[in-house]
Amino acid sequence: MSSMALMVNGRRRTIEVDPATPLLYVLTDDLQLRGPKFGCGLGQCGACTVLAAGRAIRSCITPVSTVREAQITTLEGLGTVENPHPIQQAFIDEQAAQCGFCLSGVILTAKAFLDQNPKASDAEVQQALSDVLCRCFAHTRMFRAIKRYQEQAV
Amino acid sequence: MTMTSDALEALTSAGFSRRHFLKGAGALVVSFSAAPFLDAMPSTQGPVDASPQQIDPTRLDSWIAVAADGTVTAYTGKCELGQGIYTAQMQLIAEELSVPLSRVQLIQCDTSVSPDQGGTSGSRSTPTNFNERNLALAGATAREALLRLASKRLGVAVDQLAVAAGVVSATADSSRRVSYGELVAGRKFDIPLSSSATRKPPSEWKILGRSVPRVDMPAMVTGRLEFVHNVRVPGMLHGRVVRPAAVGATLVSVDESSVGDVPGLVKVVVKKNFVGVVAESEWQAIQAANKLKTAWTRGSGLPSQRDFHKRLRGQTPSQDAFVVSSKDVDETLAHATTVLKATYLYPYQMHGSIGTSCAVVDVRAGKVTIWSATQSVYALRSGTARLLDLAVENVRVIFTRGAGCYGLNGADTVSYDAALLSQAVEKPVRVLLSRTDEMAWENFGSAYVIDQRVGVDAEGAIVAWDYESWFPRHGGRPGHDRPGNVVTGALAGFEPSTVTARRATDPSDSFRNGSNAAPSYVAGCVGGTCGGTGRVKSERVLTHAVRSPFFTGPLRSPSRLQNTFAHECFMDEVAARVKADPVAYRLRHLHDARLSEVVSAAAKAARWEARSSPRPDAGRAGVARGRGIACVLYEGDNGYCAMIAEVEVDQATGRVATKRLVVAHDCGPVSNPDGVRNQIEGGALQGLSRALSEEVTWDDRKVTSIDWRTYRSLPLGFEVPIVESVLINRPDVEAFGAGETSITVVAAAVGNAIFDATGARIREVPFTPERVKKALDARTGTA
Ligand code: FES
Ligand code: FES
Repeated sequence: MSSMALMVNGRRRTIEVDPATPLLYVLTDDLQLRGPKFGCGLGQCGACTVLAAGRAIRSCITPVSTVREAQITTLEGLGTVENPHPIQQAFIDEQAAQCGFCLSGVILTAKAFLDQNPKASDAEVQQALSDVLCRCFAHTRMFRAIKRYQEQAV
Repeated sequence: MTMTSDALEALTSAGFSRRHFLKGAGALVVSFSAAPFLDAMPSTQGPVDASPQQIDPTRLDSWIAVAADGTVTAYTGKCELGQGIYTAQMQLIAEELSVPLSRVQLIQCDTSVSPDQGGTSGSRSTPTNFNERNLALAGATAREALLRLASKRLGVAVDQLAVAAGVVSATADSSRRVSYGELVAGRKFDIPLSSSATRKPPSEWKILGRSVPRVDMPAMVTGRLEFVHNVRVPGMLHGRVVRPAAVGATLVSVDESSVGDVPGLVKVVVKKNFVGVVAESEWQAIQAANKLKTAWTRGSGLPSQRDFHKRLRGQTPSQDAFVVSSKDVDETLAHATTVLKATYLYPYQMHGSIGTSCAVVDVRAGKVTIWSATQSVYALRSGTARLLDLAVENVRVIFTRGAGCYGLNGADTVSYDAALLSQAVEKPVRVLLSRTDEMAWENFGSAYVIDQRVGVDAEGAIVAWDYESWFPRHGGRPGHDRPGNVVTGALAGFEPSTVTARRATDPSDSFRNGSNAAPSYVAGCVGGTCGGTGRVKSERVLTHAVRSPFFTGPLRSPSRLQNTFAHECFMDEVAARVKADPVAYRLRHLHDARLSEVVSAAAKAARWEARSSPRPDAGRAGVARGRGIACVLYEGDNGYCAMIAEVEVDQATGRVATKRLVVAHDCGPVSNPDGVRNQIEGGALQGLSRALSEEVTWDDRKVTSIDWRTYRSLPLGFEVPIVESVLINRPDVEAFGAGETSITVVAAAVGNAIFDATGARIREVPFTPERVKKALDARTGTA
């Protein structure tokens, strides 16, 4: 156990934790955040995705000690129910989910990619999401929402 | 949110967990905050009765309450699994009572507050609550009761009154008005549901029938919605299970010293073959579970996967049943001009929820509170009582959202896990399954072997249809008294249901096609009445359930998908043999107008070109394009669907790319068109994933498809086809489900499209590139 400070959703948080703990458990258990989810714990599905310094990372396989310096943003750090981020609004507009469990992977992976590649082609966006799963298969709506966000952003 | 102090007192003094019960003023009914769903669905608030058997479904107050501020609270036993039923039920209540959606509050699936409506499964939620029963009836009864009260108060006859936004006014003089809140003022109705209460006619609908956005969507996309995974109870510990090393293995020993040094470890729990650990934090529990040394017997051994299907046929014991048997099939076939035969194979597949299953259970002083994403709160309640050997009145189950389940995923089993662990440590315990524990031990959708035989006359018409299938079964829904039907209960010593020998007898009462074992083209004549959708009168449908080495259970469109794959592909084979257009050939053998209409509507929307398959210019190399159709009346009486698939097959690799899926759909009155489209689209693509890539695998001892590398689900980044849906809205008939229709026809439509493109018939799911390539290479005269 050691004491550690993290910057999560713009706030400095200090926690007592085994440094080998995957970031996911720190976020969901110690900080009780609801955005990132446990899907596989193996880096295979994306449900645990958070942004670290603007990049989408999989928190289930990221030891907390490796992200000490980074600004971490979870799905709830992006926007709120009253004031959603434009990409979240695009998902609301397209009703682009069913159970919603996969959304950290879908929204944050797409956002991180489009922020870097605002003019990406549809095929490139698809490629960027090649490792993200949605088992409800809301795929068609999700791509519509991502496209809507991309068109607004550029 | 508030609840009555009496109710709060009753619950807490009855020993149930106080979590969620915020102290409030004495209002009878919850008041609704402006930012809904931050705490999931408000499933745990409201006028709570601590003795759930008193929730009498024949009384209006069990379903609906009106608060002094006019808020309408409804209670439902059909819960939100991601399918959008929560919003649709809110629309139903808002519509029937003429109040704005924002003034409706829905409380779902909590054994202390909601009526027992069985499970949320089998595409039965919309039929159950939208036809003339239950929630719909409660809404109509409440509206009529409120109008009677208003009539008395205003001295105006009921037929001279109008309601808008929860205010009743005289049509002649709108200054004479009274609101629902004033009429009821938080009192109970104290009347029975009236079976003669009339629902609002669809022609007057203002809220139903519209694409109302999902009320939970903003909370979902902003990461605010509470899933069961997020439930945190004071003093809660974390548990993890240690499953056997092989199928059928029993526990030999547990070496507790192997985890002696794991920090935070609270207890190693063993009950017969059930093994779990409890620790202070989740990460500690994971480490303890990974480190714990356990020894198991070798297990029962598994049959080779290679010839598994072959061995299903003729396996004993076998539980046999006729869906229909006209007794003249052999004779008709003997006189047919042509007889066609084919065998179709389907693999075990899994639910594979994106989130592994999770539950929080608090067992203290003989009282149990369970937070679970179960589809059946009441069944889980009695199942857990059996498992823990406690009285059922002492168990409360609160449905809390989970990842999409698509049927019987791990929600019940993980609730049992948490219950056993909590009972052992007398503290609330949260259990989250590992990906491997979820996938290796869930109740898989069944494998199938299906033999089809059809006789055709000189005019090319089908004169006889003979179907025979074998499918393995073990366990299933635990229901009220079978905890052994899922892995945890079985490990803890409860027997799973199993197949026992039974000879098929003639169906006696009426034609029932719940599993779609009978194809759409037979007449379905039983006891002199023909209940099928087709015209073929010489018909035999015989099923054999045999024993499965793995747990099985309902997976979205259970058996219906497997059977429809075989029927609709085989129908295509017959059409090809007689060189008929597959759409026209289907219509020729159907007599159900609504089924014919979805077939025609899909063909029209897809600009179907009438001709036989395979396409005349089908080449033997390069990328081949084709289209295929399939249709179904789901469960024989629960939703019409037809789909046309357009595919491209790379004949060098066997890779199938689906370009477009056109779906025509008729589920009666559409309560929320966008919600139905969302279900159709999701079902279509999930069906595509199951058709092209999903398959449970195993070696000689254990399941080997245990993560997303070994069980392949099409990711976001596959080439997603265009999905177009045509909704046929029929406001004046009974409502059907829409959650399992489109998925049922995908494998067949795609298989038929592959045939159309290439002339190769694939009779086994999934259509992996290797399997397609093999079929392509097997074409006679390959160029
Ligand atoms: S939970 Fe991290 S990738 Fe699946
Ligand atoms: S919406 Fe359920 S997994 Fe994506």
